[in-house]
Amino acid sequence: MTTVDKCPVAFPLRQPGQSFPPPQYLQFRKQQGLVSTTLPSGEHVWLVTRHEDVREVLTDPRISSNPSHPGFPRAAKTGGVPSQDEVPGWFVALDPPEHGRFRKTLIPEFTVRKVREMRPAIQQIVDERIDAMLAAGNTGDLIADFALSVPSLVISTLLGVPHADRDFFETKTRVLVTLTSTDEQRQAASKALLRYLNRLIVIKQKRPGDDLISRLLADGTLGKQELSGVSMLLLIAGHETTANNIGLGVVTLLSHPQWIGDERAVEELLRYYSVADLVAFRVAVEDVEIGGQLIRAGEGIIPLVAAANHDGTVFERPDEFDPSRSARSHVAFGYGVHQCLGQNLVRVEMDIAYRTLFERIPTLELAVPMTELPIKYDGVLYGLHSLPVRW
Amino acid sequence: MRIRVDTDRCVGAGQCVLSAPDVFDQDDLGIVMVLAEPADEPAREAARQAGVICPSQAITVGES
Ligand code: HEM
Repeated sequence: MTTVDKCPVAFPLRQPGQSFPPPQYLQFRKQQGLVSTTLPSGEHVWLVTRHEDVREVLTDPRISSNPSHPGFPRAAKTGGVPSQDEVPGWFVALDPPEHGRFRKTLIPEFTVRKVREMRPAIQQIVDERIDAMLAAGNTGDLIADFALSVPSLVISTLLGVPHADRDFFETKTRVLVTLTSTDEQRQAASKALLRYLNRLIVIKQKRPGDDLISRLLADGTLGKQELSGVSMLLLIAGHETTANNIGLGVVTLLSHPQWIGDERAVEELLRYYSVADLVAFRVAVEDVEIGGQLIRAGEGIIPLVAAANHDGTVFERPDEFDPSRSARSHVAFGYGVHQCLGQNLVRVEMDIAYRTLFERIPTLELAVPMTELPIKYDGVLYGLHSLPVRW
Repeated sequence: MRIRVDTDRCVGAGQCVLSAPDVFDQDDLGIVMVLAEPADEPAREAARQAGVICPSQAITVGES
């Protein structure tokens, strides 16, 4: 354990030109105990890479999601999100039992059945984006023109953002996920969105509609401030994550067309790319042993879900894309009480996006060689900056 | 096979409904409920998988 301490590995682990997932993960999983590393912020954290250990970290009550605990890991790059720890309703950063009040209020909106009922609305959004791409010519950037728009439009529909405001809503959320945005631009966009959501809540109070905000207002469990924080969390948590998955999935399905339209491909893509590898940060609030490693109270922990999802003891030939395997035990959505609230929505969005894209644009192909696709090595989420395509 | 669900633990991820739709459902609040005992071996296997992947460990599957 001490020898590991003396030679922390460099972070972040994704490097340009490297294969995916980072080859070090294999070595880390084999190593006894856990791997120690130093974040760009200078903090020491433990990296957790085995499937079993990751599930343990994400379910142990002595391990917290709350960034107000000393030692909570802080990534240098926040993925375009200004520090939101203090936004009321940011329940991904709360532990039980406080977390439960939010989670229980939200789950009726994201059940398997509820999300299935949204299929026609999602199909319409996807169709309209494809109409726009086709109308614009025979080339495009599938990230900017499609993958980022679809999730943002789906969330705004769910929340009840009026059609007339969708452009505003999308433009502001786009600033948050654009790498070249400055911190000031991000902060301004984030403030504008919160202001907008606060206003929307007042409007929905007067004139309720068939949408999440109106239903939660009627339910009354959450206060108005909490409700705007929750809406913001839904927007941010479900935007770039989904967009990156859609983009990477299109690239993969272009070279594995036999899996287009098969729902198992969606599950395998989630496992394979595990875009939220650097998302579920934690801190120990008591001493705890994980994977044979003693973690002291106040030490940060990063369970690497991509490493867990490529653990050969759980998934055979883990670095192969093979939808015929049963990928369902992947932890791409995390594990434990915080496991992704939007996961069923994502599955439907990805399924509809791939089916419709390849059906309506059967000649879709990459406009640059695969090796030249710009990968987000420096982002919190794994994905592509852009995806030049033609048809 | 005996299936027990702990509705207090359930976080409504819906994984059990996807794994074993004949055995599990979510009620109006999104909380797990058992629809029916698994009728055959594939359904039993699906129920076991649901028990393993449930993120909040709210499902216990006993073999007797
Ligand atoms: C492919 C797309 C997505 C991926 C890979 C993903 C991944 C994750 C992960 C790993 C967590 C756990 C974080 C933690 O434990 O600290 C999480 C939580 C969460 N996700 Fe997602 N997510 C995706 C899409 C979405 C969408 C579309 C929504 C909303 C509509 C959403 C809403 C949330 C919320 C609200 C939480 C916090 C849940 C809680 O704390 O109880 N996500 N997601």
